[in-house]
Amino acid sequence: MAEILSGNFPLVAAIVLMGIGLYILIFRRNLIKIVMGIAILSSSVNLFLVTLGYRTGGIAPIYTEAPEGPMVLPVVQALVLTNIVIAVATSALILSLVIRIYRHTGSLDSKKSRRMKG
Amino acid sequence: MSKIVRTVANQLMLFVLVFGLYVIVHGHVTPGGGFQGGAVIASGVVMLIVAFGSGQIKKSLRERRLSVVESSAALLFILVAFIGIGTVFFYNFLVGSRIFGDIPPTGTNPGNIWTGGVIPLMNVAVGLKVMAGLSAAVLALALFSGGEEIE
Amino acid sequence: MRQFFAWLFLVVLMVFLVIGGFKMVHPFGEPPSAMDQYIIDNSQEQAGSNNVVAAVVFDYRGFDTLGEATVLFAAVTGVMFVLRAGGKKEET
Repeated sequence: MAEILSGNFPLVAAIVLMGIGLYILIFRRNLIKIVMGIAILSSSVNLFLVTLGYRTGGIAPIYTEAPEGPMVLPVVQALVLTNIVIAVATSALILSLVIRIYRHTGSLDSKKSRRMKG
Repeated sequence: MSKIVRTVANQLMLFVLVFGLYVIVHGHVTPGGGFQGGAVIASGVVMLIVAFGSGQIKKSLRERRLSVVESSAALLFILVAFIGIGTVFFYNFLVGSRIFGDIPPTGTNPGNIWTGGVIPLMNVAVGLKVMAGLSAAVLALALFSGGEEIE
Repeated sequence: MRQFFAWLFLVVLMVFLVIGGFKMVHPFGEPPSAMDQYIIDNSQEQAGSNNVVAAVVFDYRGFDTLGEATVLFAAVTGVMFVLRAGGKKEET
């Protein structure tokens, strides 16, 4: 059990972060905490993707002044680059909607702005 | 903000700008590229907004100009992708020609900046787009919340 | 009652993640890599750049970058549309 934990530690960290993000999304009612939960969930998915493309003893996939060793997979890193930019854009849009909701209803509780009225 | 913070932010913005442009232009030789360099320069603009207050930054960086820069950079990106339409949509038509057309030797080598084909042009276009877009978004958020200075 | 179903849902998801993370994924350190080995070997003469990740983002997989530029543009337009007329407080 301990050697499973120490052998592939980044995978365990990605699963723990995903659990924390899902717990925040299900059980918390403050709107700002929900936004933070979405950001933690995005970070855990990025960490999981980068872990999938690792070769033991690998170096960065760049040929300028490169040391010896096999290179890690480059396609996975391109996917994570795209995902990070999309997470920033999503976060900005969600925060602007939270600002509008706060100006309109006066509270940051997600149970107060549940029904669409007015 | 106080006089010390404003002066230091003024002097530091030059170094942030130079470093961000270095990361954008050398995107095909060293780690980096368009998205990373654009984020560096946008964080420099955020430093200026915190130091000077958003009412004063609004006079220099009007939102209409930032919107024009962002749209024209996106159009430049699509235009560069369309030129090689004779073969496929995103064809790298500058490899082997005279502009940006050297081919690096196989294996480890000290980097040559005149390589890469059509990749440096796309890097510059995407860097301009990200820089203008993120600066406009942060400026809009700061202006909507009242624009008061933090003492 | 609702609390019970919420906890059940979370526990089922976490068990699926833990079991799937150790059985359905390849062992850590030896990924299956036929396509990536081709890209690493041939990116210096086909795309002509030293940075393999930049060649993948802009040359081998350029469509994904086009989609991402569109998403960024749509998000910035959305932020500037929602937060118009900065500075005026609204009365309900």
